[in-house]
Amino acid sequence: MPDTPPIIQVRDLRKVYQSGDVPVEALRGVSLDVRRGEFLAVVGPSGSGKSTLFHVLSGLTPATAGSVTIDGIGIAQLDEAGRTALRKDKVGIVFQKYNLLPTLTAEENIAIARHISGKDIAWGPAFQEVLKALGIENRLHHKPRAMSGGEQQRVAIARAIVNNPAILLADEPTGNLDTQNSEIVLSLLRELNQKTGQTILMITHNPEAAAYANRTIRMRDGLIAG
Amino acid sequence: MRTLLSAAAIAIEVAMILTLVGLSDGTLDESKRMRRGIGADIVVRPGSTSVMSFSGVTLPEKLVEYFQQQPDVEIATGSAAHGIPGGLMESASGVDLAKFSTMSDGLRFLSGGPFQAPKDIIVDERYARTKQLGVGSTLKLWDKNWNVCGVVEPGKLSRVFLPLPVVQELASAPGKLSQIYIKLKDPSRTDAVVKALKDNPQLGSYQVLSIDELASLFSIDGFPALRQFISVVIGLGVVVGFLVVLLSMYTAVLERTREIGILKSLGASPAYIMGILMRETLILSITGAVAGIVLSLVTQWTMNTFGGSALVQKMVPHWWPYTTLLAIAGALLGTLYPAMKAVRHDALEALSYD
Repeated sequence: MPDTPPIIQVRDLRKVYQSGDVPVEALRGVSLDVRRGEFLAVVGPSGSGKSTLFHVLSGLTPATAGSVTIDGIGIAQLDEAGRTALRKDKVGIVFQKYNLLPTLTAEENIAIARHISGKDIAWGPAFQEVLKALGIENRLHHKPRAMSGGEQQRVAIARAIVNNPAILLADEPTGNLDTQNSEIVLSLLRELNQKTGQTILMITHNPEAAAYANRTIRMRDGLIAG
Repeated sequence: MRTLLSAAAIAIEVAMILTLVGLSDGTLDESKRMRRGIGADIVVRPGSTSVMSFSGVTLPEKLVEYFQQQPDVEIATGSAAHGIPGGLMESASGVDLAKFSTMSDGLRFLSGGPFQAPKDIIVDERYARTKQLGVGSTLKLWDKNWNVCGVVEPGKLSRVFLPLPVVQELASAPGKLSQIYIKLKDPSRTDAVVKALKDNPQLGSYQVLSIDELASLFSIDGFPALRQFISVVIGLGVVVGFLVVLLSMYTAVLERTREIGILKSLGASPAYIMGILMRETLILSITGAVAGIVLSLVTQWTMNTFGGSALVQKMVPHWWPYTTLLAIAGALLGTLYPAMKAVRHDALEALSYD
């Protein structure tokens, strides 16, 4: 559908942050379109700006200049409250370090995302099927410390998509996993994209991981290199 | 562990307040009960003595005869008090046992009986319990050995009784009394008789009080300094509770910086995070307050079992809501600053906190 507007539209995005007294230009005019239902991998070496792009797209940090539109909402000029609302309603985030709440069970970790978004913490049968596909339906009553890294990351994925976000952002989702668990997680992301049409933008430095995506873009020195 | 310590600090704060209020109320109530237990309608005291003072053996004994001759008076008798060394507000009362018994319907002996010899002493059950005395025991007071001849029910004038002349001799005040008690033939005439006695210029230097007036002085309102003291201790308790919770929550927020970052990454608003911290504090302070109430019951049992005979701690359930509210308010206030600091955390910085 060529007329459908991109779900993520980035134009001339710049981000400068301070490292001590030195200003560092992490993004130097990034422009990017992501189609609805696309699974995009952003690859690049350390310092290329891919993590900064992830932080801006997820609303964890504001842009310095340029425009970013996610599912029709311009986020570059949003204040803290606006960016918080964006994470609640539009964006699901998966981190390299899983970032599960250690005192809660897997089920509670997922439920709290629903609670924060103001929804009933009980999910329906459709999401139960997703949990089954993720292979964690029998691990829901365990706390993170009783789970393997792969299981924790799958719970983190479940938490990220429980509110049906417009986009799923994943930052090095396999960075802490062994090869076998990496394959499981990447296959699940691809399956999720193919079966539900979930838009996914994955940051990775690993070309093998990027190969699971529909499209790959490369970043270098704060710019899209191709 | 940190949560447990915070709850314990709140419990101690609550228990401290309840114990102090219970002690002041209990001790004053017991004093009131003991005055009422005398059975008199009117009390005559030296002019300048405080209501809590039992010493000051300065009233002429011959006044008893004067009062006895008044037409409205059924019986008049006096007592002399002598402070017990090392006892907190404790004194022994010298009484004319026959007249005192007539006035107060008699001391009720739980064991033993009246004085038989000059070295005999009567104690009440609480004093006997706290000092582990029984009939036949020897009690050493004022460097003298006394023989416990009787143990009586508490609630009448004093916990320790001696023959009147013995106390007068101990106080080096022969022929003098600390207080005179008057029982009227018609108690309904108490106010009229009190007024008449007060109007008598010969009695101008003495305090003449109805027993109701005397009893009313044994209340917190009668002791402004005690009220101030209690207020100061309550204030200190609240400040200590506030500081402990502040420190505890500050540490908690630091420890949980990453968790707060995770919540923010999920889209939790400042109000949501503040709500979580405040709810935790509410549960913590209610738990602490309940533990404090239980602890105050333990201190009550300890005071009444092992403490001195002068201090009586009573249960003060009407103070439970106040102390609970104070504990909650102090704890919520102590959480406010760390909670505000938590919600201002930058999400990215919080997520990178280890």
